[in-house]
Order: sequence, then C-alpha cells, then structure tokens
Amino acid sequence: MNQTTAFPTTALSEWRDYFALLKPRVMTLVVFTALCAMLAAPGHIHPFLGAVSVLCIAVAAGAAGALNQWYEADIDALMKRTANRPLPAGRVAPGEALAFGVALGAGAVAIMGLVSNWTAAFWLAVSILFYVIVYTVWLKRRTPQNIVIGGAAGAFPVIVGWAAVTGDTSLLPWLLFAIIFLWTPPHFWALALFMEADYSKAGVPMLPVTHGLAATRKQILAYTALLVPVSIAPAVLGLTGWIFGGTVLLLGAIFMAMAVQVARSHATVAADMRVEKRLFKFSLLYLAIIFGALVADRLLLA
Amino acid sequence: MSADWTPAERAAFEQRRRARNIALGIVLGALALLFFGITVVRMIK
Repeated sequence: MNQTTAFPTTALSEWRDYFALLKPRVMTLVVFTALCAMLAAPGHIHPFLGAVSVLCIAVAAGAAGALNQWYEADIDALMKRTANRPLPAGRVAPGEALAFGVALGAGAVAIMGLVSNWTAAFWLAVSILFYVIVYTVWLKRRTPQNIVIGGAAGAFPVIVGWAAVTGDTSLLPWLLFAIIFLWTPPHFWALALFMEADYSKAGVPMLPVTHGLAATRKQILAYTALLVPVSIAPAVLGLTGWIFGGTVLLLGAIFMAMAVQVARSHATVAADMRVEKRLFKFSLLYLAIIFGALVADRLLLA
Repeated sequence: MSADWTPAERAAFEQRRRARNIALGIVLGALALLFFGITVVRMIK
C-alpha cells in the first residue's frame, strides 16, 4: 500500500470537529442545571470563580462526551443521526479523541478543585467516570435500562454546582439530582419511541427495541408517576418556596397528562407519533422551567 | 507524506491547519487569562 496517498487524519480535522466531540448540545442542559443549582444554593461564591466553576462543569461534560464518542465510534457509524460525527466519519483519530477527553476531564477537575473546593472536584470526577465507565462502557450496550443509569450521569452537575458554592451536599441538591434522574427515562424513551428504527439498526438495546413500544409507553408512565411527586418534594419539605411549588404542581400535572396520552397511544410509525414528540419537547421545557422557578424562588423569596 | 497532494488539497489542508492553530492559540490565551483572573481574585480574597 502506498501510504503517501493517504491523508493523515490530522490533515482532515478542523477545530469544529474537536468542538463537536464535546457534544455542545448536551452541555447546554448540564450547564443550565448546574448554574441553577449554584444560584439556588445558600452561600456565596465570587462571580468570577463561579463562572470558572460553571466552565469546569461544561468542560467536564464535554470531556465525558468526547470519551463516550471515542468508545462508541463503531455504533455511531451505524446510526443516521450519528454517522457524521468526527470519529465515525474519520476526521479525528480515536487516539486523539481519547487524549482530548482525558486531558480536558483531568484539567476540569483540577481547576475546579483549585477554584472552588475539592468536594465539588470529587463529584465532578465521579460524574465523568460514571458517564464513561458505568454508562458508556458497562451498561449502555447490556441493558435496556441504560437510559435510567445514564440519567444519573446527567444529574451529577447539580451536585457539583451546589457543592461549589456550599462545600457540601445536603438534601435539596440530592432531590434535584433525583428529579433529573427520574426525568431522563420519560424524556429519552419518548425520543426512542420515534427513533426506534435507528437504534434497532445500531443494535443498541433501547427499551423500544428490546421490549417493544407498548412496554416503553408503560415505563414512561411509571417514571413520570415517580417524577411528579419527587419534583414536588422540595416544596412539601419546605426546602423551596411557593414559586417552585406552584410551578412543579402545574407542570407536573401537564407532564402526567401527556404521559397518560403516550401510554394510551397505539402509534407504531414515527410519522403518527404526535403525542410522543410533544412529550419529548415538553419534557425539555419542564426541566428548564422548574429549575428556572427554583432560582426565582431563591432570588425573590429567600 | 503528502508529496502527491494536488495544489487544491494542499491549500485546503493549510487552511484547516491555520484555523486549528488559531483556535489553539485562542484556547491557550484564554487559559492564561483564566489563571491570571483566578490568582487576582484569590489574592483579593
């Protein structure tokens, strides 16, 4: 083989490819929930150090995303939605993605420790390791409950954000953790219902692929039935005020009604899954608004 | 290694490399500013 004719991978990669490795869209949610937790936490952090802490959380999430893409390049290549990612498309070499992820993750944890405290840095490290090792490597390809476990990885940033301000973790951040944890299955399974064909092709054991659409609909309803009371718990326990309480009560009722509609639906093709798509979109709004309400509660009522 | 690239391929490669180097420069500059800022805030505190 004449190696001089082949482009070296680094000749193909653009800076945008490295940015894409960070999964910037996933990062948005992580940064938002962590920032809300920081704003809602009792205590004070210098605004500059607070901003650096948020940056560390974002970079750590990006590092986890890069390591996830490094490990999953083979299945990403099989799905339409992910086939053009930098690794399956051959624009970034696997070794580069691995080094990029490890360096960013280690850097983010170290700077978090120096800027805020080592409790926050510890939970930040746990969040990366959990996402990469427990979710990506261990469970994603083995169990249809992979999304449930992945939800925990997405929920850690609130613990990190809270710890960055207070130096410890109390009941409220763990309840916020539980809200994101329980929100993830209905959110992603709603998506998985109308993306089932894609996951099936890639051989990822998503619930609609392994247990069918009807079982997934029931699971969505079950997790929503757990999510709503847990969402209301901070207000019931007196940890938040009426702004948060009223918001979760109203939005929780809507979420529940939509989950019931999804459970009753019998649509089998993506084009007919209007209620599923609506639940998916509403679930994003739900999380954004209740965390916004949490901050409003703290800033206006505390 | 790249002896038989066409001029167009070489130009495209050089453009990508330049953009990558500028991005890396911005990141390193931002990191230096970040540590400077952290030091100043820590000293004031």
